[in-house]
Amino acid sequence: MTGLMVAAGVLVAAAAFGLFRLRRDGRVRASSQPHFDFATLGVRPGRITLLQFSSAFCAPCRATSAVLRRVASTSEGVVHLEIDAESHLDAARALHIWRTPTTLIIDASGKVAGRASGTPTLAQVRASIGALHA
Amino acid sequence: MLDPRGPRFAAAVTTVVLILVLALGSGWLALAQAVVFALSAFTRFGPYGLVYRKLIAPRLAPPAEKEPAEPFRFAQTVGLVFALVAAGGYLLGAPIVGMVGAGFALAAAFLNAAFGLCVGCEVYLAYRRLAGRPLARRVAS
Repeated sequence: MTGLMVAAGVLVAAAAFGLFRLRRDGRVRASSQPHFDFATLGVRPGRITLLQFSSAFCAPCRATSAVLRRVASTSEGVVHLEIDAESHLDAARALHIWRTPTTLIIDASGKVAGRASGTPTLAQVRASIGALHA
Repeated sequence: MLDPRGPRFAAAVTTVVLILVLALGSGWLALAQAVVFALSAFTRFGPYGLVYRKLIAPRLAPPAEKEPAEPFRFAQTVGLVFALVAAGGYLLGAPIVGMVGAGFALAAAFLNAAFGLCVGCEVYLAYRRLAGRPLARRVAS
């Protein structure tokens, strides 16, 4: 009986977490400005960079990569840069990245214009880039 | 490369098995699930995956996209650890330990089955951040 109650409790908690995640994933949020030199990761000024942190054990990273590549190939002055978080742990720590995929949108002046955890949709990425061009 | 519906199916079956483990307090069932996790993590012959490939996939349309097997295998390894904790707890007379192990495994399996969330994969970077030094690059760019 206790076991069944534990199972029910776990399912309810997990469902709540899953729904929370579903709502939050992919949404581009405002970000604080980290003290970090993005040039060390290969980000160059003068264009918008979609900087994606990925890891090897990460299926949604592939989906995210496909979305961001598509945006980069169809928008002027936008590039997609995918970084293996595991080989850049210092950067992951400095930028407060805890999960993959996390994408930082870096504007032409090198400031972080937004960040998204999880896989964003094409529309979500395009809207945040449109705000930068405007 | 895997049909992504295969791991979702496996996670659904695993969810049912783990509910039974908790309901019955059965260490032997937890041990059986641990063997299933081990087979899925280290070989191509995970029983739930075999059922999906032989019986279910042929009746469905081919997948729109395939995904790499590594994340799934990593998650199965995490599941194996929890299932072993559960089996050990129940079989060695510490049912609370058994429930904790089975509970974590159930949460992870259910999140994968219902939402496609891979908890093991997400925790992986957090673990690496806390544990360690950078490794060689494994993501092609």
